Amino acid sequence: MNVHDSHRADDRHRALERVMQQHRLRPDSLIEILHAAQRQFGWLDRDVLGLIAARLRLPPSLVYGVASFYHAFRLEPPGRHRCTVCTGTSCHLKGGSRLLQQLEQHFGIACGATAPDGSLTLENVRCLGACGLAPLIVIDDEACPHASFGPVVERLTASLDGEDTSP
Amino acid sequence: MPRLTLTINNRSVSARRGESILSAARRSGSDIPTLCNLGGLIPAGACRVCLVEVAGYPRPVPACATRAEQGMVVTTDTERLTAARRMIVELLLAERNHSCAVCVMNQHCQLQDLAARLGIDHVRFAFISPLAGVDISHERFGIDHNRCILCRRCVRVCDEIEGAHTWDVDGRGAASRIICDLAQPWGTSATCTGCGKCVQACPTGALFEKDAPTKKATIDMERLSEWRRSRK
Repeated sequence: MNVHDSHRADDRHRALERVMQQHRLRPDSLIEILHAAQRQFGWLDRDVLGLIAARLRLPPSLVYGVASFYHAFRLEPPGRHRCTVCTGTSCHLKGGSRLLQQLEQHFGIACGATAPDGSLTLENVRCLGACGLAPLIVIDDEACPHASFGPVVERLTASLDGEDTSP
Repeated sequence: MPRLTLTINNRSVSARRGESILSAARRSGSDIPTLCNLGGLIPAGACRVCLVEVAGYPRPVPACATRAEQGMVVTTDTERLTAARRMIVELLLAERNHSCAVCVMNQHCQLQDLAARLGIDHVRFAFISPLAGVDISHERFGIDHNRCILCRRCVRVCDEIEGAHTWDVDGRGAASRIICDLAQPWGTSATCTGCGKCVQACPTGALFEKDAPTKKATIDMERLSEWRRSRK
């Protein structure tokens, strides 16, 4: 880790500490604090969970149990690119779930998992609230309305290839 | 102490206010089967094996976690309840790898006893057969997740009586696993006191003592919890 990175990690820890202080280290604010930690670090590693447990005076197993119970929290580092397929009712009827299966097969990653090289995370979500755009896929925070297999794979392959040339 | 009267299996039973249907029924001689219930621990209502019918209620309710009320009419043994209990135990058997013949708790296991009592000689559901894993990193104890029924007795006894809360549950549904601290090997736990209460509380062979490979007793924690309350 270079100097710049370690400074950034310090900033993140300071920001997390600030949020915990705002909640006065109350144990019942655990979920808000987990959200804040995930905003800072992108995911929740065991060091962060252990830190939160110690600061809120909660058992570590309870903190891990809560974090693993809710789908909103990630306990594994996300990939550099993210592909989120909506499998809500409208998108499911329009073929969203089938699309997800096809993508799972094509990239060889199960839904919710990250490729071994850390390039892509495939996940699903139950309704993004844009049912008129079904089936909806979100690639790196960019919506692909009325998605179909071919264009989505093309778009994903382009961003995956793109990262090789970028610094 | 205020008392109330209810009817369990056509028999009039007197109960304390706040007492569960289960404990009133046991006193009156109605034996309701249980799995996740353990004397001295706060009821979890996790296994649903103690379901009973209450007149006027649309659905069966767990006897361990439902308070007895004045004038309640409870039935503990109907065809519908037996069918529900059978299904629950069959689903438990299908969810993990319960191989009695090679288990430390063979013939002392509460799951095995219950299956025998309900006359379960086959399972209607497809076995999931997960590779659930075994953790024997602790010096004296081991946990075999293949035999775990997620009753959370270990979680509760560790939290409520030992006060360490080393155990908790990771994930949800059939993918749940009992975890130690931050989902780490038991042997590396910073909170475990090595008291062994979880092993004593486990109804199956999931938690076991390493140097006692053939037999393990399960004990109620009632005395311990009374002792703990009296010290407070």
